[in-house]
Amino acid sequence: MRTDAAPAPGGGAAARRAPLEFRDPARARAFLELLDRRTRDRAGDPVSVMHVCGSHEQAIARFGLRSVFPKGLRVIAGPGCPVCVTDAPEVDEAVALAERGVRVLTYGDMLRVPGTARSLADARAEGARVELVYGPAQAAERAAACDEEVVFFATGFETTAVATAAVLLREPPPNLFVLSAHKYIPPVMEIVAEMPGTRVEGFLAAGHAAAITGSAVFEPFAERHRRPVVVAGFEPLDILAGFARLVELVRRGEPRVENLFPRCVTRDGNRAALEQLWTVFEASGGRWRGIARVPNGNLRLREAFAARDARRRWADLLREALRVPTAAFASQCRCGDVMAGLGAPTDCTLFGRVCTPETPVGACMVSSEGTCRIWHQYGGHPDLRAPGEPAAAAPGPGART
Amino acid sequence: MSGRDERIGLRHGAGGPAMRSLVQSLFARASQEPGGFGQDGPDLVGLGAMDDGAGIRLGDRWLVFTADSHVVKPPFFPGGDIGRLAVAGTVNDLAMMGATEVLGLSCAVVIEEGFPREALERIQASIDATSREARAPIVTGDTKVMGRGELDGILLSTAGVALTPRLVRDDGLRPGDAIVVTGTIGDHGFAVLGQRHDLGLGDAVRSDVAPLGDLVRAALAAAGEGLVAMKDPTRGGVASALHEMAGKSGVGVVLDETALPVRDAVRAAAELLGLDPLQVANEGKAVIGVRPHAVDALLAALHGHPLGKEARRIGTCVDAHVGSVVLETGFGRRLLAESDGELLPRIC
Repeated sequence: MRTDAAPAPGGGAAARRAPLEFRDPARARAFLELLDRRTRDRAGDPVSVMHVCGSHEQAIARFGLRSVFPKGLRVIAGPGCPVCVTDAPEVDEAVALAERGVRVLTYGDMLRVPGTARSLADARAEGARVELVYGPAQAAERAAACDEEVVFFATGFETTAVATAAVLLREPPPNLFVLSAHKYIPPVMEIVAEMPGTRVEGFLAAGHAAAITGSAVFEPFAERHRRPVVVAGFEPLDILAGFARLVELVRRGEPRVENLFPRCVTRDGNRAALEQLWTVFEASGGRWRGIARVPNGNLRLREAFAARDARRRWADLLREALRVPTAAFASQCRCGDVMAGLGAPTDCTLFGRVCTPETPVGACMVSSEGTCRIWHQYGGHPDLRAPGEPAAAAPGPGART
Repeated sequence: MSGRDERIGLRHGAGGPAMRSLVQSLFARASQEPGGFGQDGPDLVGLGAMDDGAGIRLGDRWLVFTADSHVVKPPFFPGGDIGRLAVAGTVNDLAMMGATEVLGLSCAVVIEEGFPREALERIQASIDATSREARAPIVTGDTKVMGRGELDGILLSTAGVALTPRLVRDDGLRPGDAIVVTGTIGDHGFAVLGQRHDLGLGDAVRSDVAPLGDLVRAALAAAGEGLVAMKDPTRGGVASALHEMAGKSGVGVVLDETALPVRDAVRAAAELLGLDPLQVANEGKAVIGVRPHAVDALLAALHGHPLGKEARRIGTCVDAHVGSVVLETGFGRRLLAESDGELLPRIC
């Protein structure tokens, strides 16, 4: 697929290259024209679709796509950030362990996520032992290299939960414990679809999560809620093609599931990974930060892995830890609305003023997958028209007043 | 000021807005007060200008004076070491002010008790070699040893002086000027990150650390007065350098992302880690603002030099979006932000 690779002066490894196959601007323009044709005739009433993945928002912002979406398309960022939906009491548990001298290992993005009053970064600044790892395998390596007890604070959707499961099934060192805050995506789509005031007409599902679960996992949902679901990847053309197909299904009134990411996703998913996932974890109801209690939305260790469960090993300590007074500002935070697609970051009075990546109030400002963080990272307003062009309406629905 | 700003964080040294604000509100405060001691004037470019170095007028020439401290973990990395970094960093700060004839450098070294002598000798050999390469003699220095744990290995502190007939500042951009970068971006930052976090990048990504005096001399000779602004995109990368240049000059900058020279290995590492090569440090590159008529001459001169082979025009100055950098991605456009803090690897 590489064409017209005209080497620039100087040539060499860094010469101006042909676009990668899924990053071809010419094809992107064709999809945008298609999207415009398919949405244009509903003037004043844009087609509203939601993606449920921070990586989709990240790619949309990174490639500046909001500046070229047609006016007839409203793209809402949904609850797609695993770091953001990790509930404050879950962070409190990790903070409590770290403060009591337990070595806590976790992903880089979890460091600054606020708990009820404090983050792991706050605890670390005061001497608690918090270490960053790339994943559970590295946590197991660290545990193997020492004699003391080590806790892996495990966060993320089914994509990272399978990695945790795989490590636990390989009989890691006995001093490795897991504090699971893993979440499972399909149930929360039900919650969002049923929220009063929601205008979402179709969902763009995350390709990497679907690579595990398979696209069929969304079929009962599409049928029950009469809304189409399109599984899409993360390159600009994946996203544009996904929206183009989703809008077509919306306009035709066809609530089907379609897989536009067949190079990674099958209908049945990764069976080996799913088997490992459900061997180690079971779904249980629990709170997602700012959104709601989500039935079957939390992944907790099964009885057979009780010996690895930090919640059992330190049961008394953790019960105590959950009695924490709430921090100032937290009550004004609109993370919940942002994650449920009921408001845009710019609707929040704290956004960019009190709440910044360095001093986040809500989790949406912490993670590189969080909508507030992504918008802040790209200048606070992702819809950047060329100078002189009129600014389009803010992409969030701002439905709540 | 929020409670957390009561203490200095890593972000206050990251080269972004937090660091500029600290310097402005504290270190440069006295010199910025009207009538203050050390205030900028026709014969002095001082702290208030927050440029790469100071300019002090001596008759019809300028004495350029700059200071720099270097700590890097690890002290040896693919493509360089802390010794080469210290010499090149100071030589480059002088060159960015237009001063390519270095009179002399100082190099003070603070060593942690227990530091291996063998490593110290390798660092000194690298200092000597880079100093010869840059024709910048080390003429004075200082040595201290601190107790174990009071310092992480080794710290080098350098200063340098040079003379130039014409001072090049970082605030000379006008709408219509071109932005040129002298080569591939992000090499140093990813080489160090890869080594520090044990990413197994091997030798595919090497630091670009190099003294730029010779390259800048060629650029100035070719572009003359058409070369109107210059900065080395170290901490904070090209993003921070351009924000600073745009803000001080009162222009906006539109960057063509598809024109950025980025090595394949750096691009791959960046995608993997979720980091932007534009926000990552370089130690052997310059970002140059040039009037339209001098662009071709400048690029030709850069391409004729071993350190400028990958030089490329990457952007244009505009009168909109003052102080901001707009990135044309090939798909749409967005604002380019500065990184402001620790570069953290992300979850997915």
